[in-house]
Amino acid sequence: MTASPTPPPPLAASPRRARRQLARSRRRQSFLRSWAAYRAQRTGMIGLVLLGVIVVLALAAPVLVDESALSVTQATGGRMEPPSAAFPLGTDEVGRSILALTLWGSRLSLLIGLTATVVAIVIGTTVGVTSGHVGGWYGWFALRISDWFMVLPSLVVAIALLAVLGRSMGTTIAVIALVSWSGTTRLVRAQTLTVQSRPYLERARALGAGHWHQMTKHILPNVLPLVLASATLLVPSAILMESSLAWLGLGDPNVVSWGSILNRASDNGAVSAHAWWYLLPPGLAILIVVLAFMMCGRALEAVFNPRLRGEPS
Amino acid sequence: MTADGPTPAGGAPAPSAGRRPGSAARERGSSGFGRYLFKHVSGAAVSLLLVLFSSFFIFRLIAGDPIDQLTKERPVSPEERAALRAELGLDRPMWQQFWDYITGTLTMDLGDSFQYRRPIFDLIVERLPATILLSGTGMVLAVLLGFWIGTRSGWKQGSRFDRGHVATGLLLYSAPTFWLGMIVILVFARYLGLFPVNGMRSPSTPPEFWPQALDIAHHLVLPVLTYTAVVYAGYLMIMRSSILDEIGNDYLTTARAKGLRDDQVRDRHAVPNALLPTVTLVFLAIGGVVNGSIVTETVFSWPGLGSLFVQAIFYPDRPVLQALFVLFSASTILAVLAAEVLYWFIDPRIRKS
Amino acid sequence: MTLLEFRDVHVTYTGSRGRIPAVRGVDLKVEAGTTVGIAGESGCGKSTLAMAVLRLLPKSAEVRGEILLDGEDLLRMGWGRLRAVRWTGASIVFQGAMHSLNAVQRIGRQVAEPMLVHDKDLSPAAAAKRAEGLLERVGLPPSRTRSYPHELSGGQRQRVMIAMALACDPDLIIADEATTALDVMVQAQVLQLISGLVSERGVGMVMISHDLSVLSAVCDTAAVMYAGRIVEQGPAHEVFAQARHPYSAALGAAFPVIGDPAARLRPGGLAGDPPDPARLPEGCSFRPRCAVSVERCGEESPELLRIEGARSSACFVAQEGEPVVIG
Repeated sequence: MTASPTPPPPLAASPRRARRQLARSRRRQSFLRSWAAYRAQRTGMIGLVLLGVIVVLALAAPVLVDESALSVTQATGGRMEPPSAAFPLGTDEVGRSILALTLWGSRLSLLIGLTATVVAIVIGTTVGVTSGHVGGWYGWFALRISDWFMVLPSLVVAIALLAVLGRSMGTTIAVIALVSWSGTTRLVRAQTLTVQSRPYLERARALGAGHWHQMTKHILPNVLPLVLASATLLVPSAILMESSLAWLGLGDPNVVSWGSILNRASDNGAVSAHAWWYLLPPGLAILIVVLAFMMCGRALEAVFNPRLRGEPS
Repeated sequence: MTADGPTPAGGAPAPSAGRRPGSAARERGSSGFGRYLFKHVSGAAVSLLLVLFSSFFIFRLIAGDPIDQLTKERPVSPEERAALRAELGLDRPMWQQFWDYITGTLTMDLGDSFQYRRPIFDLIVERLPATILLSGTGMVLAVLLGFWIGTRSGWKQGSRFDRGHVATGLLLYSAPTFWLGMIVILVFARYLGLFPVNGMRSPSTPPEFWPQALDIAHHLVLPVLTYTAVVYAGYLMIMRSSILDEIGNDYLTTARAKGLRDDQVRDRHAVPNALLPTVTLVFLAIGGVVNGSIVTETVFSWPGLGSLFVQAIFYPDRPVLQALFVLFSASTILAVLAAEVLYWFIDPRIRKS
Repeated sequence: MTLLEFRDVHVTYTGSRGRIPAVRGVDLKVEAGTTVGIAGESGCGKSTLAMAVLRLLPKSAEVRGEILLDGEDLLRMGWGRLRAVRWTGASIVFQGAMHSLNAVQRIGRQVAEPMLVHDKDLSPAAAAKRAEGLLERVGLPPSRTRSYPHELSGGQRQRVMIAMALACDPDLIIADEATTALDVMVQAQVLQLISGLVSERGVGMVMISHDLSVLSAVCDTAAVMYAGRIVEQGPAHEVFAQARHPYSAALGAAFPVIGDPAARLRPGGLAGDPPDPARLPEGCSFRPRCAVSVERCGEESPELLRIEGARSSACFVAQEGEPVVIG
């Protein structure tokens, strides 16, 4: 812990600032170490590159295809046309380009997946750290509740809530976050308990550190790497959940996501019409994004959880 | 894929050397099991109560008055509304409604479906076998396949077999269930015409037992294929990481030294130890089983509880949604309880603590 | 008759730190009906040597030389023949019985397992009967066959390991720190049991321990290992009573003699750590910790040479006939 080869600069204005600088350089080093470990994993790097490409495409969608391509009334193609020069991936039942829909759909699928994950992670981490640190009745109660959410079938809860709350992007995000936070809580709580028993935290307590200081300065920095890895694995499940809900017809009716494209495809008989071009692009897009996140998440997990790194003995 | 399972082999603390022989046997008496059982049963009971509370909360408090939805297609006079409210017991105080709801649910009186105008209990009894047939078959196949591959994958970590199967598993795991189902229908039913497109039986099949059974089996193939393909990867990864935890343990060296073949070392020693921590994980994953069966039943129009649930969303048939919400949640809670009780009997180590 | 013979055995691990030599040219013979002790600090290669006999080392280990069991080279055996030799030709009492036993299998079954593997005609019932007999032989009542390892005490578990090692009537038994984890009273019981079995059955035995008092109590000959080599060898009581290598002298001095006031004042133990096998010092690998080293020790590595009678030493000072202990 104390082995930091860079000494604080001699001109540091105050010991406080020097300390901060030391902490920063130490953090930078550990980041570089993790990055080197990550880079060594081929699948993780492939996942990262895939994600980069997808995010760029999603961001560039408005530049590549005008939003009018999504309009039902301004559609230029015929009903479920197979791929052609004008429509490289064919058209849907009202004559819109599947390529344009899929490209635009990426924005919503990613947005919902990421936002729901962030919300879930924030809830999960807060509950995990506080329940592990504070303990007592509160800790017991928080653990029970998160265990309860862990056991319940997430899709059933999500469907029930969406059925009564109404369909919108906001409710979709809230509902997905609600069914996904518990895993993070468990992970963070366990890690908090481990950190808590280390001697330096005892020292901090002995020096009079308050709960807030202990949680934010000591516990949180120690649990964050694991949270990052689990968040990366939570995004794909959030995206899958969103697509399932949208496919069932529980998505926001006013926006286009990959799940909602496939919902229209089933409702309009794309399968019986053998319109493979209607089914393949959005489905493959979900598959690729989910796979990319999984690859990154597994690589991160291997970096932060050495037991899984699997050096053959 | 974080395994929060119980301590793997070797993690158990060694009992003190000075312990008198026989004391361990006495500790295993009924009182230990009684306490263990009580702890888990009471936990499950609290969880079940929470489910009842939350279902009442979601479907009566958030959702509001069901009368509007019930009468949406026709104009109704205020008198008619009042009569309907009285009939459904909605004019009574909330706490009394809650009490009626709890007692009703516990006595299997789940009310009538708006959509079918029949007792929900009858609907569930009617559709349960189809669900059990599909998800039961699918789950057994997924567990067997996942564990079989996972064992061999973990045992030879980094081999071609391992890399190939982990990649395939992840790929299928990443595919949305409903989409995979649609593709399977498109290819095997529409293009190749090998299997029926949807449903559980064809109307033209003779009513005798064997033709019916064959017909159902024929309809079952594609849904089970889809379901297994999506679910088995999870079991593969669970078993693989559990085996990885065992590799390098000393008892495997002992087994090797005894002259056992590599596959004997794996199957007789590593697998039994690796299986234990997976038991809870497999049962914990039962929530995923329910998720998968809802989507699979919907894609294939399989006449089970999952497709009933989805149909009820859009009617909207709120009593059915509520009843199935409770049923699905309760079954996962009970499955986890079953896993915990089972664990007592299969892991000799748990009994001493 | 020579039961087991190591001929110039080298073991090298290949890992992330490059090639690490763990055993560097060991020659050793074990005669039937005798017990040979191998002493040394942890990390000196003695357990690696034991595991090399039945080829139980991980794939990252490369073993060179010859290990002859009854004249047959174990290192050049096919897998089928090797499996047949495992446990029938030689068996091992592993250290740490808690982890070496399968935690979820009843001990009776674990003891009977090798009999069933090696004797296809044996019925499971007969094997169970024999396992019961073996457990009784090591002092465990027949009812214990249905116990799981965690239900036994440490001493009982170690005795299960011994019963297991006897299952297939091996010609050679290797005890790898078999008594290290036990408390003194249990250790004495187990040692007595082991030496009783050796004399009664006429098997050969290799006993590995860092505890010299254990070895001197049980062994006929003793070999002291340091940094992957045997540095001294000879009749056990002589090696411990009068060491001919400064390392064995230090190892012996590290164990106090109870009731000897002088022992309390003698500087016990040895300063420093054994060398990192990846970066061995030039010349004699013990030189950095040696109190009697001479100039030559830094230039060349001493061979293990016979100095008198049955004793040999790999120390230039001892080979000159000088004492290896100061004072």
